[in-house]
This record gives sequence, structure tokens and C-alpha cells, in this order.
Amino acid sequence: MTRSRARVGPRRSGGPTAPPLDVDALIDDPATGIIVCCGSGGVGKTTTSAALALRAAEHGRTVVVLTIDPARRLAQSMGIEALDNTPRPVVGVEETRGGRLDAMMLDMKRTFDEVVESQATPEKARQILENPFYVALSSSFAGTQEYMAMEKLGQIHADARRDGTYDLIVVDTPPSRSALDFLDAPERLSSFLDGRFIRLLLAPARGPARMMTAGLSLITNALTKILGAQVLRDMQTFVAAFDTLFGGFRQRAQKTFELLQDDHTAFLVVAAPEPDALREAAYFVERLSEDRMPLAGLVVNRASPAPTGVLSPDEAMVAAVRLRERQPDSVTAGLLRLHADRSRMVEREATLRDRFAAAHPEVPTAVVPALPGDVHDLTGLRRIGELLAGE
Amino acid sequence: MRHGASPPLRTALGARPYAARVSDTPAPESAEPCRPDWPRVRLHVVTGKGGTGKSTVAAALALALASEGRNVLLCEVEGRQGIARMFDVDPLPYEERRIATGLPGRDGPGNHRGVVHALHVDAESALLEYLSMYYKLGRAGKALDRFGVIEFATTIAPGVRDVLLTGKVYEAVERNSRNRHAVRYDAVVLDAPPTGRITQFLNVNNELAGLAKVGPIKSQADNVMTLFRSPRTAVHLVTVLEEMPVQETSDGIADLHRARLPVGGVVVNLVRPRDLDKDDLDAARAGTLDRAALHADLAEAGVAAGDDALVDGLLAEARDHAERRALEDSQRKLVAELGVPTYELPRLAGGVDLGGLYELAADLKRQGLCS
Repeated sequence: MTRSRARVGPRRSGGPTAPPLDVDALIDDPATGIIVCCGSGGVGKTTTSAALALRAAEHGRTVVVLTIDPARRLAQSMGIEALDNTPRPVVGVEETRGGRLDAMMLDMKRTFDEVVESQATPEKARQILENPFYVALSSSFAGTQEYMAMEKLGQIHADARRDGTYDLIVVDTPPSRSALDFLDAPERLSSFLDGRFIRLLLAPARGPARMMTAGLSLITNALTKILGAQVLRDMQTFVAAFDTLFGGFRQRAQKTFELLQDDHTAFLVVAAPEPDALREAAYFVERLSEDRMPLAGLVVNRASPAPTGVLSPDEAMVAAVRLRERQPDSVTAGLLRLHADRSRMVEREATLRDRFAAAHPEVPTAVVPALPGDVHDLTGLRRIGELLAGE
Repeated sequence: MRHGASPPLRTALGARPYAARVSDTPAPESAEPCRPDWPRVRLHVVTGKGGTGKSTVAAALALALASEGRNVLLCEVEGRQGIARMFDVDPLPYEERRIATGLPGRDGPGNHRGVVHALHVDAESALLEYLSMYYKLGRAGKALDRFGVIEFATTIAPGVRDVLLTGKVYEAVERNSRNRHAVRYDAVVLDAPPTGRITQFLNVNNELAGLAKVGPIKSQADNVMTLFRSPRTAVHLVTVLEEMPVQETSDGIADLHRARLPVGGVVVNLVRPRDLDKDDLDAARAGTLDRAALHADLAEAGVAAGDDALVDGLLAEARDHAERRALEDSQRKLVAELGVPTYELPRLAGGVDLGGLYELAADLKRQGLCS
């Protein structure tokens, strides 16, 4: 493990230490069928998923990685610049152990369209696809990504099981506003479909008077006043046209939720050594256990590399000041200040991780030191994979 | 660039070396304060890729704007209570709260400090407020709640949240007679959704105006878009000097331009310390720093004389640092080519506390990110 525990300055009294996360055991275990990487934005989820997928493939697994929004050069190096919603083989993967890697970038609108087309008659499908509400809902409004990531995961998993295409699916999750968005997508979809409001919108389309209570007309009038009659009509048409699809959606959403709870699934919570990212990670860990989702561990990316030597930051700063007094442009003083800065960062990060471990001592953790540059090729991903596995 | 951007700034761009204003050492306090770059802007939208510190920058900007007696409102819309944590106050309700005094101005009469208020906008409260303010719905409003319409609108129907959140921000900027007792603000700072979502977020009313072709929703949506596209709004993007965030910033600017939303400045955050000059950095990278001199200096300073491991460690750290600085410089060049004013903020090794926010605010003001 590269768990950089170099102590700088006063030793902290034997704080809690998280057990190490054995990444290789996870990806080598044939029982691991799905790995979901989740966490807040900007912590390196996409890179972590790609690196894990590559390492698993080079260990002999047949892997597909589902990414949401990879950096352009990373996407290019994996051959998935085109958003065609189909897994493509990644060129350059070491396949001597019998594995291979496909990659796919999620196109949420297309996924949505495909679902509609596969579930409705052509005529009805067209009606839905042209409805202004559908257009807005499927392409431009926030929140749809989470639904569609889950939908696509369900599809690929069903295909893989049927055709034996993949034995491991690695999923990168959308950069959600919060952890909840992703986990709640299937559940939310169901409650959307069962909601009283939807029933209400459907009522006039389904026909007449029986439901026309005083309360209902009050609502309809209020909505007409706020939205305008035309918007309400469009919405009703949309919901009515969608109604036939709802059963299928709900079933699949439920299935996907069960799939996530399955023992063959492993969640990895990804974080950076920052208070916000770790707070979000802690929240995620708690949610996963509440929902009985199988948590494999925590990955802390972008850790500051540990300083060498035993000089404490305070000693270094004192020495730097002393040198600068005699020699204002002292290079050595500059080096000492850098050393102090780095030591302070590392100390702060270690404290943050220890606090996380104190609250969640059972969560195995892997710490990945920050590389100087960005990762945008297979070599870089391989290196991250090694660091993840503690090599 | 043709649309929405405020013209005087664009024309001034060539003449003002924005990036060059950031020197290796902080300017002395007596330095001539910079001319504000954004005098006409009332709504400052701060976005950035996750992990770049956009909330920190938004908070620092609010403090910087709240000098010289100005009233500033800092809004957050993502339900994270980040403002409460940064300013060390209790979690914020859906209510404007006074949270801090602004940055001290220059000495002299009439330069008293302003006040920063904060508002945590949640969609559900915004909807109920909106309905009572604009429609006087009374009983029907309660019925909407009972039938799950409020819940539907705020948690389930995607997009509606964004309409409500932007609607509240609009209301805070354009306070009118409907909200009689409310504080009027000289500026509003919005801690906005991340770069990947910002155009969609700000443009949601445009979508809405397309859906609702007539009626009150349509006119409200049009009003919001008019403000967001006017020179009274500026969307600032926060980045760090790494490849992906810089790329995303560049893409974000292109998206904003396409949607005719006014691009403000780029704030480069978490800049590494600059304790070595260019020659020393080159030497550190090449491994040609003078070992003997280093030994001698350390001995002179009274630390670990003759400790080879320490010297090796310092040299290795210097090389690593120099490599990262070189990568930063190549990204800094790309940022300069974005064609918008840029500002730089240092990475504070101990993290950002309230005092740190004031330091960053002073840095922003010194560089001209204020109005």
C-alpha cells in the first residue's frame, strides 16, 4: 500500500487507521459483477473507474466501463469520442490474460429515446418523441442523467447476462448535486409514476366526471392560472402518452435497485482529501448501508505526496526565516518553505482521513497520491491502477 | 463574444495585462487599489468544476463587494449549507440573514464596511413564496400542496427546481414593490451549480419560455432571461491550473457565449506557493541545485547539519514542485488565451477559515474583481 503515513512533527497519538482496501482482490473475484464508483464532483471518479476497468481487463476479466463525462483526451485515448451509446473496444489493452475492455460514454437523450422506442408502438413513440415536454425532459432539464445511467446499467447488465458479453461492468456515476440523486433515481422514478399529481393529470384524459370533485377543479384552475391552459394540455398529453410506458419503467427501476443491492455489486466511494468531499463520502457511506447496498471501500484520490525526512513544518519555517534575514533571496529558505507547506498539507489531509476513519472504522481505504500531470492515456490509467492496488 | 458581454471591458482587454497583475509577492497594502473591472454588474454568478473551490470564491467575492458600505446578498442553491459552514454560523433557513461584515475599505471618511447577507434558496419554499406573492392563491395553494403538486414540482419534475431557484435569485436582484419590506442589495452573488451544468441552469427559463408560449409563466421566464443576458449579470468561472478544469472552463465559456449569457472573469484558485524563482525552478528540475550550498545553509540555520537524507528529501521535493509549477504555467498560458480577465488566488495550506476568506477577498479586490 502507498498509504503515506510519514509522520511529520509531533506524532499524533495512535489514531484510528482504516483497513487497507484490496483492489486486486475485488477485481479478481469472479463474483464481482458490477463496480459502481460514486462520490462528489471533481474527485476523479471517471479516472478511477477507467483505471479499475483497465486493470481488471488486464487481469483477464471481460469488462465494459460506462462513463458519463470523461475528459476529452481520455475519451480519445479510449476511442469513445463518439457519443453513440454503444460500447466500443478499447485499443491497446494488454490482453495476454484473456481479458478485454470496452468503453461507452452515456448519451442520456438517446438512452431515453431508445427506451421509448422499444416500449411503445411506432405511432405512439413518435407522438411522445415530438411532445415539447418530452423534448425538454429528455435533453435539457437537470436530473435526467441519473435516471438514464441506471437505465443503461440495467440494459447492459441484462444483455451481458443473456449473451455472456461481459463479466464485469464498471460504472461511473453522474456528477450529481448530491449523493442522493444517483441512489434515489430508481425510487424517484417510481414515486413519480405513482404520484397523485400524475394521476390527477391523467384523470381528464381517462375521462370524465367521476373524479371531478371540487378539490380537483380547484387544482386544475390553479394550474391553468399559473401555467396557462396550453402548457397544462401539453403536459396532460405527454403524461397520457407516457402512461403505457410507465409499467415497464417502474419494473425496470425496481430491478435496477435490486441489482445494486445484490452481492455481486460493489460500491466504491471516491473522494479527495478535502473536507467537503470527505463529508459527502461519509454521507454516501451511511446511505449505502441504510439501503443495504454493498460497500467495498473508500478511494481517496489526489493525496499530497508525503514529504521525506523528519523536519517539522515549524522547524523548517524558523530556519527559513533565519536564512532570509541574512540572505533575502536564499534558495534554501525557499526549499524549506516548500517543505513546510507540503508537510502542512499532508498533516491536514491525514487528520481529515483519520476523522473519517474514526466515524467509519469499518470502511477499507485506498489512498492514491496525486500525479504531477493529468491522466489522458492508457499508460496513465495503468499507473493509477497500480497506485490503487498499492503497488 | 458579440452578445451579452459588457462592451467596455472587452475593449479594455488588450490594454490591460490581467494575468500580469498577479506578482510573485502580494502587493503591499498601500498599493493603488485597482479600478473595479465590473462596475455595472449587480448579479455575480460564480461557477466552477467540482473541487475548484467555487463556493470559497463566491464567499470571498461577496466580502470583497461588501466594502464601502454596500449591501451584498450571497445565495446558495444546492442545498449544501456551505455558506453556514464557511462563515461558522447555524444552518441557514429560507430567509435572508446577516452573516458577516464586508472587507474594510481604504481608510477615510465614507469608507465604512458593508454587510453580507446570506440566503439558502430551497425550491419548495421558493415555490410557495412565489405562489403567494404572484398569484394570491389562498385555498388553492394549500390544495396544490395537498395534491402533491408542490412535491412533484420541486423534487420530482426535473428542471422545475432550476426554474424556482433562478426565479428567487431574479427576485433578489430586481426587488420590487411586491416584496415591500425586504432589504435592497447593491449586489447579489450566486454560488451556482458547477461549470458542466451552469448554462443549462441559467438557460432553464429560456426552455420554459419555449414551452409556455403565452401566460404569466412565459412573461416571468422572459424577464429572468432578460436580466441574465444583460450586462448587469456576469458569470465568473473558477478553475485550478490543471488540464481538465481548464478545458472545462474553456468549454463552459463557449457554452455561455452560445446561450448569449454574459461571461465574467476566470478565477484561478489554489495556486501553489511561489517560493522559488524561474532559474531556481529550472535548476531544481534539472537536478543542478547546489548541494554543498544547501548543506552549508542548513548548518547555518541550525537544522540537522550534515543530514544527507534531509538534503535529498528537499531536493526531491523541489524537483516535484518544479514539475508541477511547469504544468501550472502551461495551463496558465491557456487560461490567458481565453480572452477574459483572469484573477489568481493562492492555495492556503491550512485550509480556508473565516480569516482566510477575508484574505482572499482582499486579493480579489486588489486585482479588480469587484464592482
